[in-house]
Amino acid sequence: MSEWKHKHLLDLQDTTRGDIELILETARSFKEVSSREIKKVPALRGKTVAMLFAEPSTRTRVSFELAAKRLSADTLTIQAAVSSLAKGETLLDTALNVEAMNVDLVVVRHQASGAPQILANGTKMSVVNAGDGCRSHPTQALLDIFTIHEKLGRTDGVRVAIVGDIMHSRVARSNISGLIKMGASVVVCGPSTLLPVGIEQMGVESTTDITKALKGADVVMALRMQKERQQDSFLPSIAEYVREFCITPERLKLANHKALVMHPGPTNRGIEIAAEVADGPQSVILEQVTNGIAVRMAVLYLLLGRRAE
Amino acid sequence: MALLIKNARVVNAGGEEKDLQDILLEGGRIARMAPSIEANGAEVIDAAGKKVLPGFIDLHVHLREPGREDKETIESGSRAAVKGGFTSIFCMPNTTPAIDTAQTVQYILDQARKVGLVNVFPVGAITKNRAGVEITEMMDLRRAGCLGVSDDGRGLMNAGLMRRALEYAKMADLLVMQHCEDDNLSAKGVMNEGALSTLLGLKGDPVIAETVIIARDIELARYLHTRVHFMHVSAARSVDLIRRAKAEGIQVSCEATPHHFTLTEEEVRSFDTSTKVNPPLRGREDVLAIKAGLKDGTIDCIATDHAPHTHEDKEVEYDGAPPGLIGLETAFALAFQELVAAGVLTLPQLAGKMSLAPARLMGLANKGELAVGKDADIVILDMEREWQVSKEDTASRSRNSPFIGWNFKGRVSVTICGGKVVYTDARTS
Repeated sequence: MSEWKHKHLLDLQDTTRGDIELILETARSFKEVSSREIKKVPALRGKTVAMLFAEPSTRTRVSFELAAKRLSADTLTIQAAVSSLAKGETLLDTALNVEAMNVDLVVVRHQASGAPQILANGTKMSVVNAGDGCRSHPTQALLDIFTIHEKLGRTDGVRVAIVGDIMHSRVARSNISGLIKMGASVVVCGPSTLLPVGIEQMGVESTTDITKALKGADVVMALRMQKERQQDSFLPSIAEYVREFCITPERLKLANHKALVMHPGPTNRGIEIAAEVADGPQSVILEQVTNGIAVRMAVLYLLLGRRAE
Repeated sequence: MALLIKNARVVNAGGEEKDLQDILLEGGRIARMAPSIEANGAEVIDAAGKKVLPGFIDLHVHLREPGREDKETIESGSRAAVKGGFTSIFCMPNTTPAIDTAQTVQYILDQARKVGLVNVFPVGAITKNRAGVEITEMMDLRRAGCLGVSDDGRGLMNAGLMRRALEYAKMADLLVMQHCEDDNLSAKGVMNEGALSTLLGLKGDPVIAETVIIARDIELARYLHTRVHFMHVSAARSVDLIRRAKAEGIQVSCEATPHHFTLTEEEVRSFDTSTKVNPPLRGREDVLAIKAGLKDGTIDCIATDHAPHTHEDKEVEYDGAPPGLIGLETAFALAFQELVAAGVLTLPQLAGKMSLAPARLMGLANKGELAVGKDADIVILDMEREWQVSKEDTASRSRNSPFIGWNFKGRVSVTICGGKVVYTDARTS
């Protein structure tokens, strides 16, 4: 098991397989904590974790908050709508104010790709990227990898099909980065207008053929399809997207027997995924949510706890 | 008062470096050039060991005045220009108000005269308020002193309007300078579209946003028998299109910036907003194509697209930062390092790209070369001087340069404009 050396978690591009394995290993030991009667360990007692969310998010923020609390850290949340960010204070200035309150680690969600880099460069706090623009969402990918490993017992040689709006998806990018390091093969599939230029150079197969993408898949990951893509002329209609790409029970049969069905949430049932599939026996969508807390506990612990010891 | 440059190693476009000469400047003109001239009371500058070139001419500068004097003023921009060896600069009309009337042209000329450092040529807008709807009063702009028109910052998207602008500008004897960008294709992209923009999750601005406008305007210029100038070409394919158009005898010209022949999109990995520029930094093959275009004459001249922005405007997320970087003070050093030292151009050829060609494009018959009777606009270069680009040592009001911290050999020692010394490097003895 490798030694943890990072101060920040900004992008899985910056991590090694050993780093990811260490996070998964640590997360496994923390998963048990959440099933206890007293769901708390003192690992980060006296540490303060700030959630700086410049973009609306419920589940990621709540998941980080619970993760920090179960490690006994103090937490605070700054949301864009009620914070100074809405008053024209810059992201860095807001972060410097947070730092001045002796916060140890900041979890940041921002609509601009690269925004967490500004905090990492401009403050002394540890920074965890909770989603920046279309670039990166490392803890989502880690919890996906954790879930895949937990369910299938391995990641090496696993074939993962990611279906939907690849272009605008930080979840897709982070999963590609992480899964490839973990020995999986990845195929991305979606309408041609939503497959970004040069995606193959990230080491994936890319196709508009849903049959080809699902055939032989061990994991089928559907991405959220936003209705605005129609106005931006990426799609003629959501209805046509549903006809061509929605993960239906029939399409799921193309994948391997017992293939896992995953979704980063929140789901648009009947758009990118049929309700029967989302709620069906192969779905691990809610387990992803449960595992998210353990993985985020591991990330916070590795970034903060280890250094304190 | 007369000025005498002694021991000048004169470098003119196209020519060989000449033997040592003395140059006498009188009445704003070059009065005599001879192996030895008596001072006779003239102020003397000894250029021994240095190179003497025609002052540089920059067709593409943003002075920000009127409207954004916090970013740059005509004075600070003039100081940056002369520090970079420029004696004539063309300022773009994307000011507030836009340079779309004779009055605004006159204002800029008056301010520039008060500053008195460098020749400032305002570029008028092609359309009123650069809105892309109605063409400006180009005859009036010409009479007020404009030599070219541009809606820089925006491409002229309407092909029908571009046709009328080219026709009308020809009558007014104005060079139409196109900002080559189809904004439906660039679609608010913030970096070059490709595998790297996909990896970084940044919105891509594809090469085709530039090339479709160039291809379209080549067709317009061919059909209408007019000139058209393409500003800041950034892509290999653009160079190809222009090369072919020139071979067909179509009257096209173009410029390239130092940052586009020096840097690639790889710089964006840092998310440093000083690397955000429009058109965006491209790939390695594009950089090589621009150098090849400069070498074979497809690219007529080097222009900086000097685009100052305040720290406050730039110190934001990459998506939100305004595009542009300052270039006047580093242009020669970059051109020398990337082109001359790298064997792409000789120093006389570089003088062509930075002086003679831009002078000819704009119809400045008395500028761009050192000869008796020509304007006394001169730059003296110390090719041995080693220096580092620093925020402290910046004449521009803004500091948005990706070259801060770069080390160079070769720097402007003295700049003379209209026979008057307008800049002297502090380290020049």
